[in-house]
Amino acid sequence: MKRENKEYYEKIASRVRVDIIKAIYEAGSGHPGGSLSAADIMTALYFGEMTINPKKPQMPDRDRFVLSKGHAVPAQYAVLAERGYFPVEDIMTLRKLGSNFQGHGNMHYVPGIEMSTGSLGQGFSASIGMALAGKMDHSQGRVYVLLGDGELQEGIVWEAAMAAAHYKLNNLTAFVDWNGLQIDGENDKVMTVRPIDEKFGAFGWNVLRVNGHDFDEIFAAIDEAKLMKNKPTLILCRTVKGKGVSFMENQAGWHGKAPNEEEAKKAVAELGGEW
Amino acid sequence: MAESIATRAAYGEFLVEEGARNKNLVVMDADLSGSTKTNGFAKACPERFFNMGIAEQNLMGAAAGLALSGKTVCASTFAMFASGRAFEIIRNSIGYTGANVKVCATHAGITVGEDGASHQTFEDIALMRTIPGMTVVNPSDAASTKILMRQVVEMEGPCYVRLGRASVPVFYDDYANITLGKGNVLRQGKDITVIATGIMVSSAMMAASQLAEEGIDVRVIDMHTIKPIDEEIIIEAANETGKIVTAEEHSVIGGLGSAVAEVVTRNCPVKIAMVGQHDTYGESGKPDELREKYGMTAADIVNAVRGLY
Repeated sequence: MKRENKEYYEKIASRVRVDIIKAIYEAGSGHPGGSLSAADIMTALYFGEMTINPKKPQMPDRDRFVLSKGHAVPAQYAVLAERGYFPVEDIMTLRKLGSNFQGHGNMHYVPGIEMSTGSLGQGFSASIGMALAGKMDHSQGRVYVLLGDGELQEGIVWEAAMAAAHYKLNNLTAFVDWNGLQIDGENDKVMTVRPIDEKFGAFGWNVLRVNGHDFDEIFAAIDEAKLMKNKPTLILCRTVKGKGVSFMENQAGWHGKAPNEEEAKKAVAELGGEW
Repeated sequence: MAESIATRAAYGEFLVEEGARNKNLVVMDADLSGSTKTNGFAKACPERFFNMGIAEQNLMGAAAGLALSGKTVCASTFAMFASGRAFEIIRNSIGYTGANVKVCATHAGITVGEDGASHQTFEDIALMRTIPGMTVVNPSDAASTKILMRQVVEMEGPCYVRLGRASVPVFYDDYANITLGKGNVLRQGKDITVIATGIMVSSAMMAASQLAEEGIDVRVIDMHTIKPIDEEIIIEAANETGKIVTAEEHSVIGGLGSAVAEVVTRNCPVKIAMVGQHDTYGESGKPDELREKYGMTAADIVNAVRGLY
């Protein structure tokens, strides 16, 4: 895919972040911190990499993206909306009774969502199955999956990691949104997940490290992963929780809390959006 | 004397036959392929068999991913680990998504035998039938296992199939008229109905023959599908025979007995006695010794019938 310069993607990501803040504000609950930290990775995939068609979400041989850290789904809703799957206004019903935009994504309600997630680790496991199916069918489509750092504490993640390497799933690229924070505080205080790169390396993965907010680095890693012949690739993305909103950055308290009106307006202004 | 075959063995044969015909079938296991009998398929169709190692959670999660990519997946391990350890993966990744995964769990119940309590599950039917959209099947013999498996693979959506380790008498023929979701009246009777599932069905038939000699006319129903349950056949039995005994190789809490009671209390209240595991763990022993000790034999059904009659 021909790519634009990084400013192009940064502008889209800013719009995505504005959408995230507005949707979570409207919902009155949700997870802004991890949505903002993951926004650039998802923007890169949907706008600069994946072979997809918003008009034909079930297109055969498409690339698939699974959001294993399902609580960051406001970011995926926003990216899908900006990419043309549905109008941005739709996602303002987030978390409301009867809305298709559930607190954690449902694949049957929202086009473009490949897997219903929310219970941590399971999206990663499902992505292994999708990559196995892709291999069986000799599909050109790749499978992308995004995990949180705290999510790595789930046992199923390591079962899945072992299987991906065992079956040489080079059609699978996983991202870890390494913002260092989880609900109860720093990963290092709650349950140490480091060294993430060495752990995945020991499990047989090709491991790359990038700044998860630098589009050039993200794209370079995505391209490198595609060259791997016999291993899945993990792209460890150093990120900032709450990225782009000064008072949310690096604050564990913004993991699962909605901004009030004043905070939401301030956040949108910082992101260059209009209220 | 009828031939005796384990339902897991029939499942293994079914997979080989179906695998030759149905190229979309994928089979997965968690290091128990020799015991679950998926090894025949693994040999015949190695490109469509995935051993996930001793990792039941990922077995179910990856099964969901394959199914959501268009495959029909049979995922097998022991019932304890499938329904217990991987419960939440089945609930969220298979049930909630409606993935076309057939969880075919073997070594259910007390007839696991010598492995003992850690491997003897009496909770799986209860757990699986609480999952919305999950079909729950417990075949009673080898012939009906194959007939039901054919229908299970043809239906779209998640299904739990409960299979056993021990050899059990074959009493259906290969072309028996068995329909998923419909109970089977194996013996007509007017005095009392025994509704049984799994390996307790042949015990129920033995019990009915014995009770006939005492002048008690027992109806026997094979309730191979526990969810969705055949309400009509239960209501008819309650209305016509007035009393019901349920028999299962499973806890009386939450299993077939509970499922029947749910229908009966809403529609046609009658007395029900339940034969099954009574809120306790098992232990090591031979299957027949254990069935006797824990009260899941033909004699226990006879006693339950006498108690109600």
